[in-house]
Amino acid sequence: MKGKGKDIESPWEAPDSAGIVETKYCTFCRPPGLMQLESGQELGPLTIAYETYGELSGSRDNAVLICHALSGDAHAAGYNSTSDAKPGWWDFMIGPGKPFDTDKYFVISSNILGGCRGSTGPSSINPSTGRPYGQDFPVVTVKDMVRAQRELLLHLGVKKLLNVAGGSMGGMQALQWAVDFPEMVSSATLIATCARLSAQGIAFNAVGRRAIMSDPYWQEGRYYDEAGPDNGLALARMVAHITYLSEEALHSKFGRRLQENDRFGYSFSTEFQVESYLDHQGLSFTKRFDANSYLFITKAMDYFDLTEGGSKSLAEALSNVSSRFMVISFSSDWLYPTDSSQEIVRALKANSAEVSSCEIETRHGHDAFLLPGSQQEEMVANFLNSNLKDRRKQEGSDGCKDRGQCRGPITR
Amino acid sequence: MQRTDYQIIADMISPGSRVLDLGCGDGSLLELLSREKNITGQGLEIDSANVGSCLQKGVSVIHGDLDQGLVDYADKSFDCVILSRTLQALLRPDYVLDEVIRVGKRGVVTFPNFGHFRSRAHLLIKGRMPITEQLPEPWYFSPNIHLFTIKDFEDLCRRKNIAIENSVYLRGGRPFKKALLYNLIAEEAVYAIRGKK
Repeated sequence: MKGKGKDIESPWEAPDSAGIVETKYCTFCRPPGLMQLESGQELGPLTIAYETYGELSGSRDNAVLICHALSGDAHAAGYNSTSDAKPGWWDFMIGPGKPFDTDKYFVISSNILGGCRGSTGPSSINPSTGRPYGQDFPVVTVKDMVRAQRELLLHLGVKKLLNVAGGSMGGMQALQWAVDFPEMVSSATLIATCARLSAQGIAFNAVGRRAIMSDPYWQEGRYYDEAGPDNGLALARMVAHITYLSEEALHSKFGRRLQENDRFGYSFSTEFQVESYLDHQGLSFTKRFDANSYLFITKAMDYFDLTEGGSKSLAEALSNVSSRFMVISFSSDWLYPTDSSQEIVRALKANSAEVSSCEIETRHGHDAFLLPGSQQEEMVANFLNSNLKDRRKQEGSDGCKDRGQCRGPITR
Repeated sequence: MQRTDYQIIADMISPGSRVLDLGCGDGSLLELLSREKNITGQGLEIDSANVGSCLQKGVSVIHGDLDQGLVDYADKSFDCVILSRTLQALLRPDYVLDEVIRVGKRGVVTFPNFGHFRSRAHLLIKGRMPITEQLPEPWYFSPNIHLFTIKDFEDLCRRKNIAIENSVYLRGGRPFKKALLYNLIAEEAVYAIRGKK
């Protein structure tokens, strides 16, 4: 990758960095045009926080939507300010010359509906009470999240995505996109994800929610004026974090090493390095995440099931897709194992969809999609590249570039 | 360098068709077919490095084991299913051949001919498993676990009620049509097949 290695004092000035980026906000579904949610409830107005990287081409054929996982946000790449210690959560994937090459693609990343990082969620002010929604926030689903993203795209003037991509719950959104709005999705990149959350996945989410809801500071979700359920949220994050790593990754990262001493203290203080690591993960999570959002988002994941409770086969559920697909799994991921990706691939095969898939060998577990250095980067780069080439060939949009606007199949 | 069987396969594929290549390797054949015949290609490949090479060429490829069958594909969902130099490396070649005929309207199969005189002589004179240009690995780590001759293949097609539409044989990299002693002189064979009604 270009730009690495040299003494770059400011990482946002690196040639492959998305640079200094601004989080923007888009509000829609104002009363009376509220959004009808899958649950039957209504919600509005809705605000979605988003960032964009790169430029939308004249023929608007290079837009890519990035969907984040449970704890992500709109800030996927670059730096929001020169005082940021870390870049966005998928910075190694997005930027000039990177797989989501911002010299070629117009990359959009938004915070999900129900989130707590700028989009409308349980910590937002309920216009009818003037106080945070808390538990009065309606239960939202992955389908609802996708519909909110669609509003954002229309606001940005994007009628058809070149690609929609995401890992974990982000992959659920990408797949839902391809099912609900096939005419808007040329291709989809599904990473470490599933078409329905497994019983094991639901089980871990249930433990996380119980940790939050049994914290006395949770107070049925009405904690916004006081100290919140930080202990419960930290505990939820600790459990979840274990599921993101493989046994081998935990072993090689921490082994049985002790944090401070070289002997046991015969006490219940934090002694092992792995304990200390989880404590840190839990605590730092409480500083950036809202406990109610954690409840609502994990619920949305639990409800995610394209077979609608088995009332139809996955092949039937995917029968209307028209996108090209890339399905990536990781060998040591036990939360979203290769089997769950294969289930998607099999259903796509049954529908004669164009699909590529790969199980990448790694010891990093589910977290692998958030880590640089795997085959993921090259595969995504090549998949996107061939999609752009084919789309331009099919739509002949090269000739439209100068006109700044393209008539014809693109507005289909 | 392009493989000798590729151009012959290309000649057997109709333009614009939907093609499934089983054991597609690095995707060279599908790339060639999409360039020259404007096909929509889909590959199946077991090796992840090869999967990466396919994607680099813009070839759609599924990472998986084709001995598990093509069960998920609907009947006749491809215009053509290709098995190029793959049949002899399968655990269940007869089963996969059934699947080729079920999933594809046509099939194109290429394989090294174990009945070639050099293989026969090797076994007859040296008394050891042949090592030839088409079959370069020693028996103990050869991926080619089900070696067979042209006549064996034709027998299997007859038993399975598979019609042979076309056949081309290769000798020294040059194609020839069915001739006397073809099972003795052909190093490689290319068959276009389909299921009989």
